[in-house]
Amino acid sequence: MTDKAFPYSEKVMDHFMNPRNMGEIDDANAIGDVGNPACGDMMRLYLKIEEDKIVDAKFKTFGCGAAIATSSMLTELLKGISLEEARAISNKAVAEALDGLPPVKIHCSVMAEEALAAALKDYEARSGGNGSN
Amino acid sequence: MGDDRKIYFDHQASTPVDPRVFEAMIPYFQERFGNPSSHIHTEGVRANQALDAARGQVAELVNSETDEIIFTSCATESNNLGLRGFLKANPDKGRHIIISEIEHYSILNQALKLKDEGYEVSTLKVAEGGLIDPEAVENAIREDTALISVNLANSEIGTIQPIKEIAEIAEKHGVFFHADGAIAVGNIPIDVKELGIDALTISAHNFYGPKGIGALYLRGGNNISPIFEGGFQEYGMRSGTENVPGIVGLGVAAELASIEMPKRIEHLQKLGKMLWKGLEEEIEYINFTGHPIQRLPGHISFWIRYIEGESLLLMLNIKGVMAASGSACSSNLKGADEEDLAASHVLTAIGVPAEFCSGSLTVSMGKDNTEEEVRYLLDIMPEVVEKLLMMSPLYADKLRGKDPYSK
Ligand code: FES
Repeated sequence: MTDKAFPYSEKVMDHFMNPRNMGEIDDANAIGDVGNPACGDMMRLYLKIEEDKIVDAKFKTFGCGAAIATSSMLTELLKGISLEEARAISNKAVAEALDGLPPVKIHCSVMAEEALAAALKDYEARSGGNGSN
Repeated sequence: MGDDRKIYFDHQASTPVDPRVFEAMIPYFQERFGNPSSHIHTEGVRANQALDAARGQVAELVNSETDEIIFTSCATESNNLGLRGFLKANPDKGRHIIISEIEHYSILNQALKLKDEGYEVSTLKVAEGGLIDPEAVENAIREDTALISVNLANSEIGTIQPIKEIAEIAEKHGVFFHADGAIAVGNIPIDVKELGIDALTISAHNFYGPKGIGALYLRGGNNISPIFEGGFQEYGMRSGTENVPGIVGLGVAAELASIEMPKRIEHLQKLGKMLWKGLEEEIEYINFTGHPIQRLPGHISFWIRYIEGESLLLMLNIKGVMAASGSACSSNLKGADEEDLAASHVLTAIGVPAEFCSGSLTVSMGKDNTEEEVRYLLDIMPEVVEKLLMMSPLYADKLRGKDPYSK
């Protein structure tokens, strides 16, 4: 039996300690700002979208280890894919990419999914008004 | 991951067994394994002797009579025996009980259960520092109040309650008073005669004894009924073959605590002051919780604005420092689902904003911690806090002049 030192998978710990794409995008054209009703945590997702493609993604998160790791993983998954592909990303996919989360922490990945949905909606609202940009 | 440093700052959760305690327990597993109920042969007699000696050591620690100590399996059992056992034996005393809102789950959940059974429960509010107001206790007492139970010291925020004042009020009204001393006994001086309490919960593993053993002090003249049916051990109040090695360990831990307490307290107060001062100077957004003076020695608790408790705890753990969090986000990693995420009842009670899930961190030091270890924590804190602030959307808002904490 190996001695387990942390409550999460190694991947979660890695993304928690070295979060990818942490920060803000000044000229983001899609922002998803969501709170987690289950625990009061918060995630803010910034996307830069060009011609239906996500060219950059960043985040800021106030939350537990799982929340930070899922935020980080989500931005990794989003970078470089089309909007259509992005719409297909579920919280399960993010959790799986992290080698799983403890059951009580699934809602943290739901927050990531909701942040993505909110950002995509924001994008539609912004581009809907004055045609394509 | 991280370096190999391991600093244990979670003594309110449990303490390591002192080597002298462990030594004393060893013979009772194989050489002296007898059952104390076997009165007639040598092994039984020896086991009985061991029980008597330990009872004496525990009695000495809390200044009770020897036959006022009942051994149990843990503090949770003692809390159950203290309340449930008393109510069972005294059905005529009334159907109302008084507790505080910052009790341990073994009291809170009993109170819920008792409510289901038709008891009425008054739950006392605490002030900001976590103190119970004795006057509020007096106001809550009714004709049919059967008992009062409050924790002597709170594990999450370290606050020590005015037990003597509450005991005087209980006495005046003839109400049975139980104090949950699980994390206090063995760590601060407790004299049951001077305090004037009827029952006291004692936990061995909170003062360098083993897990799986506790005791209940019950003042002579009080009646309780056993909560398990069985044989006649422990004056008929707690059946089941005694955990002799555990009891021996509890006894020796109690003796060591009696002897070494002044020295331990002095050491812990020094470490506590050092940590408090250091954090206050270095961490801008810190809020200390609990009472500044009426608190356990070496116990520091706080929360930091814009930063969530579990992530802070996790980062400290990566750097080798183990502390505790009352944060909803971390306390129930093993819970079944998010229903188990309720914010800490203790933190909400003292006014920490639950909506941000800002867990309070509890650093509880022990007799073997050193100044060097405190210095290490102080060294790494600013960097860890800075890293989490940079990640926090709440902090970003604050920098833009929209502070989520100022209404
Ligand atoms: S996001 Fe709040 S517990 Fe994970």
